[in-house]
Amino acid sequence: MALRTLATPKTLGVLSRFQQQARGLQTFTLPDLSYDYGALEPAISGEIMQLHHQKHHQTYITNYNKAIEQLDDAIAKGDASTAVKLQSAIKFNGGGHVNHSIFWKNLAPTSAGGGEPPHGSLGWAIDQSFTSVDKLIAKMNAEGAAVQGSGWVWLAVDKELKRLVVETTANQDPLVTKGPNLVPLIGIDVWEHAYYLQYKNVRPDYLKNIWKVINWKYASEVYEKECP
Amino acid sequence: MSWSCSNYLCLSSSSSSSLVNSNELTRFNRRNLSCEYKEERRKDNDLKRPINISAYNGLKSPSYKLDKAQRRKEHVLKKPNNICAYYSLKPPSYKFDALEPYMSKRTLEVHWGEHHRGYVETLNKYLSKNDVLYGYTMDELIRVTYNNGNPLPEFNVAAQVWNHDFFWESMQPGGGNLPILGLMDQIEKDFGSFANFREEFIESALTLFGSGWVWLVLKRNEKRLAIATTTNAVTPLVWDDIPLLSLDMWEHAYYLDYKNDRARYANVFMDHLVSWNAVLGRMARAQAFVNLGEPKIPVA
Repeated sequence: MALRTLATPKTLGVLSRFQQQARGLQTFTLPDLSYDYGALEPAISGEIMQLHHQKHHQTYITNYNKAIEQLDDAIAKGDASTAVKLQSAIKFNGGGHVNHSIFWKNLAPTSAGGGEPPHGSLGWAIDQSFTSVDKLIAKMNAEGAAVQGSGWVWLAVDKELKRLVVETTANQDPLVTKGPNLVPLIGIDVWEHAYYLQYKNVRPDYLKNIWKVINWKYASEVYEKECP
Repeated sequence: MSWSCSNYLCLSSSSSSSLVNSNELTRFNRRNLSCEYKEERRKDNDLKRPINISAYNGLKSPSYKLDKAQRRKEHVLKKPNNICAYYSLKPPSYKFDALEPYMSKRTLEVHWGEHHRGYVETLNKYLSKNDVLYGYTMDELIRVTYNNGNPLPEFNVAAQVWNHDFFWESMQPGGGNLPILGLMDQIEKDFGSFANFREEFIESALTLFGSGWVWLVLKRNEKRLAIATTTNAVTPLVWDDIPLLSLDMWEHAYYLDYKNDRARYANVFMDHLVSWNAVLGRMARAQAFVNLGEPKIPVA
């Protein structure tokens, strides 16, 4: 009878997680936002934030966990072709998880400093590389609007060359696919799901308004860590 | 000079008061004199006007030498350079609310009215600046701008115009159900059963990463039907295959209605929106280019 109580679904679930952790497989969970869904209005509507976080990001995480579990199995069995076949799913879903985790930290409500231009070393570096923050914003908006289909537009620092760059990536490719030394400071999601309900097809409007809720403080912190 | 004198006389006799204002007289005289002068000028046109040396050097068109009537004719005969013919936005053959509740009126209004229209206008803008590309038909334009995998900027807009036209025609109100006649036979031959085909089609739609399209194509070389997925604006035309059916998996196609539920969108498309009549028609036309069946050679 003691065994029966042990074998309930709940305990079985715990058992499988136990097994995973025993295997050393770290799975991922949806990170919480440090602000409410509606806190970024009117730049980004609460409906978009909720769908984006609870549905899209969660799907990426679920599929990523599935993919790395399958990868783990394939590697343990020595199944090279399956391991390679899973790579596109890992790049897409894993990239989606990585990118969106950065994205949530890149946003902050105006009450918490969103939209405030950067000071300190990042501000100075921007003035050096792009003349002014406004010019940088214009450049990023132009590149973001020009992305065909789905992708991201990034402000990154090359940690080897200590230089700021503006890059775009397609689909959910993480920024490292554009250069191994690039560290993302600010990423803007230009997938249609990020703005469609509010801005329909007018991506330039979305790009113009999102700067009002960009968290430059986080970007400055990352920059100062890479280029002290 | 005689006619002017008589006019003057007429005026003075018709006026009520005999006292004629001196101003009026001079004005009248001046007007007559200028008429005469113009007449003389018309007669002795060339001699009166100064010679423009630059015209003889070919630097300026000699149209100034023509009088007004001739100049007007020449202006019309010289073709104006602002008459051109470009691509237009073709509306779907059904009303916007005809696909409710599977594809809402709002989606069609935005998808057709803003996305598709935007593509057409951008294409026309590109073509107005580029004479070489202007000369191609749409199919050729797509192939040429695809540039064998290195697409030119015009490719995206041109292909998306074509893709969306194709997509509207692939749907109909009261669509779905099963394909009929030869199309059903061909699907069963190439996929085993319609259920298999449907499953494969929907799975391709769901495993597509990012923005793209799912197609049912007739492969020219292999002479069979197949399912193809493409990213962004690519179409099977660039591989010389014949597309029969398309499903738009860009997020703008379903986001307003289904938010992120792609599976439901793909299933609803298959069940209620797809126009098998259109696909049948396209396949019938494709058979003019691709020989699908075995030739029936009579045994003597």
